[in-house]
Amino acid sequence: MRPEANKPAALGEGRHSPRFAVATATRASIIAALAVIPAVLILIALPAFADRALLQELFYVFTMLTLAQLWNLLAGSAGLISVGQQAFVGMGAYALFAFTIIAGLDPVLSIVLAGIVAGALAVPAALIVFRLRGAYFAIGTWVVAEVCRLVLAQVKHLGGGTGTSLPPDIAGSMIGLDFVRHLFRVRGPAARDILSYWLALVLVVGTFILVYRLLRSRHGLALSAVGDSEPAAESTGVDVFRTKFLIYVVTAIVTGMVGALLFLQKARISPDAAFSLIDWTAYVIFIVVIGGIGTMEGPIIGVVIFYLLQYYLAALGSWYLILLGALAILLMLFAPSGVWGVISHYFDISLFPVRRRLVVPERAGLRKESLR
Amino acid sequence: MLGWIDTLLQGILLGGLYSLYATGLSVIFGIMRLVNLAHGDLIVLGAFLILAATAAGAPLILAFAVVVPLMFFIGYALQSALLNRALGRNILPPLLITFGLSIIVQNGLLETFSADTRRLDIGPLQSASLPLGSGLAVGLMPLICLGAAIGVIVLLNSVFYRTPLGRAFRATSDDVEIAQLMGINNRSIYALTMGIALAVCAIAGFFLGARANFDPSIGPARLLYAFEAVIIGGLGSLWGTLAGGIVVGLAQTIGAHIDPEWQILSGHVAFLIVLVIRPRGLFPRAVD
Amino acid sequence: MAVLETRELTAFYGDFQALFDITFTLDEGETVAVIGANGAGKSTFLKAIAGLLPRPAAAVRLDGRDIGTLPAYEIVKLGVALVPEGRRLFSSLSVEENLLVGAYGRRRGGAWSLATVYQLFPMLRERRHSPSMALSGGQQQMVAIGRALMSNPRILLCDELSLGLAPIVIRDIYAALADIKARGTSVVLVEQDLAHAMAVADRAYCFMEGRVSLTGRPQELTRDAIHAAYFGL
Repeated sequence: MRPEANKPAALGEGRHSPRFAVATATRASIIAALAVIPAVLILIALPAFADRALLQELFYVFTMLTLAQLWNLLAGSAGLISVGQQAFVGMGAYALFAFTIIAGLDPVLSIVLAGIVAGALAVPAALIVFRLRGAYFAIGTWVVAEVCRLVLAQVKHLGGGTGTSLPPDIAGSMIGLDFVRHLFRVRGPAARDILSYWLALVLVVGTFILVYRLLRSRHGLALSAVGDSEPAAESTGVDVFRTKFLIYVVTAIVTGMVGALLFLQKARISPDAAFSLIDWTAYVIFIVVIGGIGTMEGPIIGVVIFYLLQYYLAALGSWYLILLGALAILLMLFAPSGVWGVISHYFDISLFPVRRRLVVPERAGLRKESLR
Repeated sequence: MLGWIDTLLQGILLGGLYSLYATGLSVIFGIMRLVNLAHGDLIVLGAFLILAATAAGAPLILAFAVVVPLMFFIGYALQSALLNRALGRNILPPLLITFGLSIIVQNGLLETFSADTRRLDIGPLQSASLPLGSGLAVGLMPLICLGAAIGVIVLLNSVFYRTPLGRAFRATSDDVEIAQLMGINNRSIYALTMGIALAVCAIAGFFLGARANFDPSIGPARLLYAFEAVIIGGLGSLWGTLAGGIVVGLAQTIGAHIDPEWQILSGHVAFLIVLVIRPRGLFPRAVD
Repeated sequence: MAVLETRELTAFYGDFQALFDITFTLDEGETVAVIGANGAGKSTFLKAIAGLLPRPAAAVRLDGRDIGTLPAYEIVKLGVALVPEGRRLFSSLSVEENLLVGAYGRRRGGAWSLATVYQLFPMLRERRHSPSMALSGGQQQMVAIGRALMSNPRILLCDELSLGLAPIVIRDIYAALADIKARGTSVVLVEQDLAHAMAVADRAYCFMEGRVSLTGRPQELTRDAIHAAYFGL
């Protein structure tokens, strides 16, 4: 993360000194960037003081946050509204089970391979569903997920429709497990939780860096052009298809890795659980929209709100789901930019700025200082 | 051989049901460019409302006659109160509102009616069939269902193509801004559209409950079949939607004939194949 | 008394202000031309009157009554019809259906019907069952005018009637406009083609960058004055 101002825009160049510059950094973002590093260090060291329950909860929060940030990249930035991300969660999860149970590979290595499998699925899937526009694209992705679920229900080696469990010796053979055991002087199951926690932390931090850099790169600019107006972006030379395709596949790879990790931790898989629309897409969409779609801060706030709702209200069962549905509807009607959208509108702050702002020096001094 | 002929016949009849699922979706998209993710759950809601009315003592026909206009009213209110507030270029708000609605309807049905499997009691019609000779026979109810699917399309087409209101619908679909200059209130057209779509959902719900078992969780699958029928048929033509429904129905029964576990999968695969070969569907009309 | 009046009419596209305090009057039976360069706000002005853009409540008056809060579909019922820029026919409707849909919200009696529109544009009768998009540009413009007339308007707002048409076709269109005027309809004519606009107009407003830069009777306006008002030179 390099929160510096980009080079002055060519338009302002010439014999005169540049009259304006294009910047993405703000003072708040520089403070945020400086605060992130110690925060991450604390999270890495957390297993030394925290108990198992907290690590398990954080594991769930991190994986959901990763999925949310990925969906946010798809829908908020590339305009690809998918309700079929469970295809890649489930595919990654099943790939992990196949690599470990059938091929006997190491679980951690299998997570990476599972990401590749999910990415490989995304290539033909994209070629098909990209033929559908807008809202029809959404249902198309859902059909793809259903196809995956139904196909895997036919794979008898992985338990067919009822699913299967991960043999304990496989989960106990993870790379790094001995290291963790000795480091914290804990037993096998606790060590596994710590390792899973770290892996989730790696995925969530890695995803943030990936998305942040992607959005601040030229691809990011192309992406926001695509999101604003596809024909207009096309006419300025953005290869719309390529940009969307790239985002779709990259998102699928990481989503697949999250799926693999989630089900490694659960140690039990079934087609209905692995390809669950509610668990891996509806909740994820809820997190993004309640936090604020199209911003990097939104999913963080969203996952906190979601976690609290889940913690206090999940016991209500279907009433909990009705409440989430109603909240999502009210949000879309009255605050479509989500909680972070409202906050950043009132206080004009941005912690992870991915927008390019025009800075005009003569006026910049007059303007209300926007960095708190 | 006879088995295959029977399979094809069953597939076409099943297509009638899928066409009923799809007609409402097709109308909504055609006029508003809106995709209703709660469509399947609303079909199931229709079936449960009819079930509830019969449970309260109403004869089946009366229950049907009450629930169809009731669903029209629900659709009208839904569009006026919720969806008309989210009109605009951004497709995300309407899509997510209907997604939220889908979850609410599904879980609301679960709370009200439990997860038990139900079926509408249609008396002797249940098992009545029409012999076609040489051992073949078609069920009377599936046949009536196909007839209803055709009847609904004929009725809707005559409204759309032969009445001033129908012209207003098509004008709104073509260019909503200019339609307003003709004195057309697009919001009330949209509300009527959703009302019509939900009335058709109620009809579809009736046949769903009369032909097979249902429970609160089966809505999303009906949405997918309906969606596949619309896309396979090609956007903008109700007859295309009927053809699309029959393609999905045939694919499912043929798949099931080979291996019962392949029924649903074959329908989806047929859809993906059509999407690859003819992305604009078999009978394209509207320019999206 | 003015039949149509705007007072300090403003209009925005998002944050961009397209019109600044336009004050304008149209008298009964009058034809007023609105001229100006591309992007001067002429079409925006017509859209704001017709109700397609949000505008200040009291900024538009019809017979002295505020119509600034009414939606477009109510304004047409009061007798204000717009012939939009680029014709914008309903593509899935036939020629005759386009005309019929023009009468959809009709609340006013008057001279216009399918028969009288066909009388005005005889070639449309022959093509009445054709898909509207199969027509030539000039014929499409006739359908667009006819469609607006079907609501029996007292005020016809015309946006760029001559755009993209051959000179001979433009002449036919303007001949028809003279007929429409002769029946007492008031007309606001947005036009880039100065010669035609000035030939039929009783008065003209010139717009520049969203403001009125010049008004007057065509015969009183010199070429230089118009030129200056057009480009601000």
